Amino acid sequence: MDNSNVDKGRRRFLTAAATVVGGAGAAAGAVPFIATMTPSEKTKAIGAPVEVDISKLKPGERMIQKWQGKPVWILRRTQEMLDDIASQDEAVSDPASETSSQPEYARNEYRAREDEYLVVIGICTHLGCSPTFVLKDGDNSPVVDWKGGFFCPCHGSRFDLAGRVFKGVPAPTNLVIPPYKFISPSQLLIGDDSEAA
Amino acid sequence: MANIEKNIIDGLTGLRDWVDDRFPLMQNWNEHLAKYYAPKNFNFWYYFGSFALLVFAIQILTGIWLTMNYKPSAADAFASVEYIMRDVSWGWFIRYMHSTGASAFFIVIYLHMFRALLYGSYKKPRELLWLSGMGLYLVLMGEAFFGYLLPWGQMSYWGAQVIISLFGALPIIGDDLSLWIRGDFVVSDVTLNRFFSLHVIAFPLLIFGLIGAHILALHEVGSNNPDGVEIKKNKNAEGIPVDGIPFHPYYTVKDIFGATVFLIFFFGVVFFMPEMNGYFLEHANFVPADPLKTPEHIAPVWYFTPFYAILRAVPDQLGGVIAMGLATNIFLLLPWLDRSPVKSTRYRGWNFRCALTLFVISFLVLGWLGMQPVTPLFTWMARFFSLVYFAFFLLMPFYTAIDNDKSVPDRVKD
Repeated sequence: MDNSNVDKGRRRFLTAAATVVGGAGAAAGAVPFIATMTPSEKTKAIGAPVEVDISKLKPGERMIQKWQGKPVWILRRTQEMLDDIASQDEAVSDPASETSSQPEYARNEYRAREDEYLVVIGICTHLGCSPTFVLKDGDNSPVVDWKGGFFCPCHGSRFDLAGRVFKGVPAPTNLVIPPYKFISPSQLLIGDDSEAA
Repeated sequence: MANIEKNIIDGLTGLRDWVDDRFPLMQNWNEHLAKYYAPKNFNFWYYFGSFALLVFAIQILTGIWLTMNYKPSAADAFASVEYIMRDVSWGWFIRYMHSTGASAFFIVIYLHMFRALLYGSYKKPRELLWLSGMGLYLVLMGEAFFGYLLPWGQMSYWGAQVIISLFGALPIIGDDLSLWIRGDFVVSDVTLNRFFSLHVIAFPLLIFGLIGAHILALHEVGSNNPDGVEIKKNKNAEGIPVDGIPFHPYYTVKDIFGATVFLIFFFGVVFFMPEMNGYFLEHANFVPADPLKTPEHIAPVWYFTPFYAILRAVPDQLGGVIAMGLATNIFLLLPWLDRSPVKSTRYRGWNFRCALTLFVISFLVLGWLGMQPVTPLFTWMARFFSLVYFAFFLLMPFYTAIDNDKSVPDRVKD
């Protein structure tokens, strides 16, 4: 074969063009492989709202309900608990929940529709562990002068009884409040707050 | 009799020549074993590369057999592991070899990496050898992480939850990225299924390929040695390094002896202490995964705890994740951070010797702290030793540049 009259500029151009087109094809080919790892339609459909009967929940008690695979805590707070929350505004890092995630009706001191009931997703905003509910007089208080709240065993984050994060712990924001509404005084719907009463 | 022997040998030689005309069999045998000249002064620290290869083989073999009985679904996974342990003939043996192999892999790799620090094996011209090794280490961490979810116990579940949440802490892309990794809003059946795929196919293939690259890179530049002397600088008339000996039979025999001793310890663990008091198989993982309740005390398996301690030491979420990522990846920069012309600690000054000692101490203390519950004292200790850990790397360009290194001999010492 005679290679003496090769047009090198033309050859380089064709190589570059073929590389670019082939690269674009490879990138386009990667799309379905990446997309197949996103949540499927079935997975997305499982997040339906759940109804909870709270008539048997006594003051000071907490129950756990599964919603979208996550633990949702429902805590019925006593007046003493509410007073303890109010007394700790200085110690928490976002007392008015300005940078935290919650529906508009829960952006208040007690982070609830009705002060008595705290409805909150029990997943630490740091790295996703589920904190432990530690009462005021419990013998396993994480700090001295503990007024009750939630303590994450994984990395030591602490939250008060409104799910507000204390200063100086790794969790960046308050616990997340899910959308919810009361469908009767003893019936709660978690995951849906449309046409809220 | 002699005739039969002669005929057999002629037959085998003929077969070998027949293959050699069609495939580079003897060429590769010579290049990588019989005529690969390694320094004659290898010591104890030079066992761990071959041990790593041995453990890899054990993991692949036992992994294939575990896959025959394991079921990768949230409903069946935990029960199928118990089935392997109780009902499958010798199932406990296969599984304990695999779980012990995971920890053994990291023990061997950490000692292999320490050897490189001790004798400067990452330095020019072995930068790519070091980078391919670091690639192997990082992929191995991924492989171990995926594998740890599969038994679907409480530690599997919450460990995966925490590690995936690390990616969620990244700004802007974090939430979408962690959703993409899980394929669900929480760690679920979907996550388990894909981790199984990555654990048994994707990452083992990656490891296999990287081992190939690692060995090719090694055989291109040649092995370093405890004196840090380049044996290729002194060759005899035939072009063979005077301080080199053929890998086969000298080091194959050495490595087979080492492998025998290693396997005695390995099977000692497999038979007598497969859980290693909760260090190899954590107690909380004997409880099935419960997405509603985190165990009171969670800690990763021992080989991740130094980095976990660094994560916990930083009081800021994103800062902690960045510090942890940096701590695992900063080894990659080692060839360029080290400014000393001397490789081996034998001829290095006290700056590097002290720095390396402090680094090893901080790595071990952080590893211990990562297993402990969070207390204010431990948090401050973790902060102190995290600083020592990073200082080893970040100050290296300074303390190695002004080190009072000794002169390095031309030949390896007898």
